[in-house]
Parts: sequence; C-alpha cells; structure tokens
Amino acid sequence: MVAHHTLSPRRYMVLGLVALCAPLGDTCLSRGMTSLPPITLAHPGTLIAAVFTPWIAIGIALLIGFFASYLTALSWADLTFVLPATAFGNVIVALLSRFWLHEAISLQRWAGIVLITLGVGFVAQGPSMTERPSDPALETEPAVEIGEEQLR
Amino acid sequence: MTIPVHPGPWTTVAMIAAIVLSSTAGEVLTAAAMKSIGDLDVIRARSGMKGAIRAVVTCPLFFAGVSFLALAFFALLFALNHLNLSLVAPASASLTLVTNAVAAKMFLKENVDRRRWASAVLVCIGVYFLAH
Repeated sequence: MVAHHTLSPRRYMVLGLVALCAPLGDTCLSRGMTSLPPITLAHPGTLIAAVFTPWIAIGIALLIGFFASYLTALSWADLTFVLPATAFGNVIVALLSRFWLHEAISLQRWAGIVLITLGVGFVAQGPSMTERPSDPALETEPAVEIGEEQLR
Repeated sequence: MTIPVHPGPWTTVAMIAAIVLSSTAGEVLTAAAMKSIGDLDVIRARSGMKGAIRAVVTCPLFFAGVSFLALAFFALLFALNHLNLSLVAPASASLTLVTNAVAAKMFLKENVDRRRWASAVLVCIGVYFLAH
C-alpha cells in the first residue's frame, strides 16, 4: 500500500505555489487598481487598458499560475487537503508584510495566523488523498445489496 | 430587484450566501473534474504539457466548475458594491472553508475525518481574524 501522506518535494512545491500565488496576485491587482483613476462603465475601454499596466499584468500572471498549480494539486490531492494550503498563503503574506514592509500586525491578526497554522498542521499530518478501491466493481456497497436481495 | 443603499441583515446574509454557495459549487465541481481526469503529473509525463491542457479543457465538469467560480466572482463584486470589504471578504472566505468540507464529504465522498473538521474550523476562524 502506498503511504499517501508522503508527498514528493515537487508536490510540496506545487502546494507552495498554490499558497503564494493567490494572495500575491490579489495584492498586485489591488495595488494596480488603486493607482488607476476610477473606472466607470461608460468607458469600458479603460478596463481593457488596465490589463496592460505592469502591476495588473503581474497580478494576472500570478493568478494564472495559481489556477494551474491549484488544478494540478486537485488532480492528486483531496479538496479538503488543498484548501487549507490556499488559506496558509494569507499567513505568508501577513508575515511578509510584517517583516519586510514593517507593517504592524494587531493581536487579532496574530491569533488568526496561529489558528490557520494549527489547522494546516493538522491536515498536513494526515493523508492527502482519500483511498478508494481501484476497481469500481470491487466497491462493497452494491455487493451488500445483492447479498440482501438473495437473502429475501 | 432594487437593493437599498444600507442593506438590512437578511439582504446581507443573502448576498454572502450567494457568494458562499456559488463558490462551493465551483470548487467541488472543479475538484470532481480534476479527480475524473486523473493525476496531471502522470498525464504530463505521458503526453506532455499540451496533452495535460487538452485533458483539462475537454472535461465538461471543468467548465461547469469554472462557470460557478465566475458566478461567485460576480456575486462578490455585486456584494462589494453594497457592503464593506472588511465584512464580505472574511465572511465569505471563512464560511466557504466549512461549506467546502461538508460538500466534499457529501458529494466527493472525501474522507473528512476529525482532523480535517478541526482544521476546517480552525482555518475558518483564523481567516476571519486575519482578514477582518
């Protein structure tokens, strides 16, 4: 039997990309959008032009990277395993803003960081994928039903 | 439908519920699509990056998932037009974690054991604290 909780370093890297790309991409988009003058629906062309400004372009590239690595992770891990990893990205960004940008982090945010880290630690200790019978015909439920029919 | 400038509690709940439900449907359908396609690393090793992309974009479930994720995005934009970001973002992000755990157990038959429930709840509260 394969030990599913031992992910290869490459797969940890994909989960790391999932965690990092989403919040960094959002941050780039937010930074790019706030530096633009207000966009109204009367001039939709300005929204198209916004896509080609550097911060927004970087943000979109990061979000495409996020979606690609997210899909890859979902192909070999459960949704309930991958989602806490996405949330962990917020912790990384909060810590980056604390130690790199020297922003203040309130007590409530520290509590949030601790809770997310604990939650991710819980999930990471367990298996990454629900084990299933490889052959659908071998699943037990239909066999039991047939058994009950025969008994009647 | 006209939404008042300062929506009442039920309108607020409805707008957040719309985001949470559509994004849960999107995540679960996308996850189901990726499970039905199989391990992308294996597919890429066998038929290259093009083969992996083709496997994803030819899966109808994937498009169903992406449509719901797009719906969730527009529901978020709509809610942001009427409610504060400091309420909508943490509430929808954290509630989605719990609804996803429930939906993954019900529809994807994932083994959501006590460890994963505990994690979903901890991360849910944590995201709310962090984003609020």
